[in-house]
Amino acid sequence: MSDTTLEVQGLSTHFLTRAGVVRAVEDISFSVGRGRVLGLVGESGSGKSVTGFSVIGLVDPPGQIVRGKILFQGRDLTKLDERELQDLRGNRIAMIFQDPMMTLNPVLRIDTQMIETVLAHDNVSREEARQRSRDALGMVGIPSPDERLVSYPHQFSGGMRQRVAIAIALLHRPDLIIADEPTTALDVTIQAQILAEVQKLAREVGTALIWITHDLSVIAGLADDIAVMYAGRIVESGPVAEVLDKPMHPYTHGLIGSVPSRNARGSRLRQIPGMTPSMLNLGPGCAFRARCARADAACAADPQATAPVAGRTLRCFHPQLEMTA
Amino acid sequence: MTTWMLRRLIQAAFVMLVMTVIVFIGVNVIGDPVEILISPEADQAERARAVAALGLDKPLWEQYWRFLSGAVQGDLGRSFVFNEPALKLIAQRMPATLELAITAVLLSVILGIPLGLYAGLRPNSIGGKAIMGASILGFSLPTFWVGLMLIMVFAVQLGWLPSTGRGPTRELFGVQWSFLTWDGLRHMAMPALNLALGNIALVLRLTRAGVRENLPMDYVKFARAKGISPNRVVFVHVLKNILIPIVTVVGLEIGGLIAFAVVTESVFAWPGMGKLIIDSINVLDRPVIVAYLMMIVLLFVVINLIVDLLYTVLDPRVRLETKE
Ligand SMILES: Nc1ncnc2c1ncn2[C@@H]1O[C@H](COP(=O)(O)OP(=O)(O)OP(=O)(O)O)[C@@H](O)[C@H]1O
Ligand code: SF4
Ligand SMILES: [Mg+2]
Repeated sequence: MSDTTLEVQGLSTHFLTRAGVVRAVEDISFSVGRGRVLGLVGESGSGKSVTGFSVIGLVDPPGQIVRGKILFQGRDLTKLDERELQDLRGNRIAMIFQDPMMTLNPVLRIDTQMIETVLAHDNVSREEARQRSRDALGMVGIPSPDERLVSYPHQFSGGMRQRVAIAIALLHRPDLIIADEPTTALDVTIQAQILAEVQKLAREVGTALIWITHDLSVIAGLADDIAVMYAGRIVESGPVAEVLDKPMHPYTHGLIGSVPSRNARGSRLRQIPGMTPSMLNLGPGCAFRARCARADAACAADPQATAPVAGRTLRCFHPQLEMTA
Repeated sequence: MTTWMLRRLIQAAFVMLVMTVIVFIGVNVIGDPVEILISPEADQAERARAVAALGLDKPLWEQYWRFLSGAVQGDLGRSFVFNEPALKLIAQRMPATLELAITAVLLSVILGIPLGLYAGLRPNSIGGKAIMGASILGFSLPTFWVGLMLIMVFAVQLGWLPSTGRGPTRELFGVQWSFLTWDGLRHMAMPALNLALGNIALVLRLTRAGVRENLPMDYVKFARAKGISPNRVVFVHVLKNILIPIVTVVGLEIGGLIAFAVVTESVFAWPGMGKLIIDSINVLDRPVIVAYLMMIVLLFVVINLIVDLLYTVLDPRVRLETKE
């Protein structure tokens, strides 16, 4: 088996709405290796979730993948039919959704929702499926899993529901997990426990992880690589330590500047001025230029992805190499 | 749970009591049965005797009191016309109406849910649009007209089905039923379909609306992300959520079907309660009218109770609240 679990090349996912084309994801490329963690960061609406749904083949209409390749263990997922994707989903590729309150079916018991996942891909007895479901609940730190199995989602808090969703994702020890802000609803100790569990899985089973988040501090502790998204594009990517230590894109600088721990106590958090542009009918040119202090006439053209340093990518005409004070 | 049941039963008894007052006053307002029952040539003495025999000479409150104390003991008075207990008359006709109404409910579920699922899953297909268009007809065409058309086409023109009557019956639990004989079923086909039409349209549209509402939900996407089969997503995940409003509405419609069977029974000369009540209204046979209305109220109350119970079975969120 090759060491690259997932390689995305030039992926574009557009929503063809009545009001126009929303280029939610535009020409992005990244890869995740076996047992490695890629942190996908960016502000709200930058296309992180759509990227995740594109990989697992569940983009809602009117969205569709218009260009690009999604190579999972060498196979292009955009070429697979629904039946082949169904075999991979929940089995080799799992996804944890952003909103834990909405992801579980309100009228089905937890055991029903877990056991069906086991049985969908493995030919085992119901009893064994139940056993595995219970073990998975234990793994994500749910106390008295036997009792919890026969509960309904509304009997759980948001954090508990998210842990159930994570347990479901772990059921088949997938090769790739796409985790969309999975720990935002959890308190800090549980968050740490789940991060540890997930890292263990990555190391032991070789699971590759795409970890979508707003929270740079989680990424710093967990991820090997980072990709920064802005308005549907990956504007900067590379090994996490390098990118966070020596960011080059003005937007990445802004993101790091707005993290509390990086600022001296008492000093005001720096904010990125301006607002995210509307993704509807976004014209040519760097999407960040309305908010960028370094923007000039050159930025009216599309910056192409470059490799300023081996292992890193950047989409900017005027990289900012020094840290802003 | 038991306190909930008890509270519901007391509520139901109260509703029944209020209804007796309304029904009793209402029936007294529609007209004087003596005028219809007694021949115009009768003299004053005969008239007075008839009024006394029917108990109509007593003050209204006393008539009500006698009715109520009788009702509590299961005696709703004797028919002026048939001189038989009103309840017995109704009980004789009830099975015919019940089997018609229940067949209509089954038809609306068996046809309505699959058609609604199809229209909901394929909203832009020709089939889906045709189903929705037809459902508007199902709502808006008057029952008696559709009934007459059915008779015209299937009984008169094609001669496939008998036009009127109940056909041969067979006994089950001491009651005569049509659905137990093939010819009885053939007699029931048209009236049941006629009665069901509006409800098929209703269930169909509810199902379709439920599918459209539930499909974009995250839980559906998550179910798909688990790799379970599309059939399971629709028939287990989505359908179970949709069934909650459908069961409620269908349950509440059963009472309406029984009450509205009047029209269908008249068109197809189906010997059920509906026909009896129409005849009784024509001759102002008060005890029968009152007894019929009370039976309908009782049916509604019982059905509501059953629907509430079913609801708690289907929706776990409701179940918890009622337990606590
Ligand atoms: N069903 C849809 N129809 C039209 N546009 C959509 C649809 N779903 C998403 N989009 C657009 O795609 C863009 C990216 O959305 P996405 O959900 O991926 O953002 P995100 O980075 O996950 O944000 P957040 O951090 O808030 O979750 C948004 O601008 C949104 O308007
Ligand atoms: S390309 Fe220009 S506008 Fe865009 S981030 Fe770089 S400097 Fe700023
Ligand atoms: Mg998102």
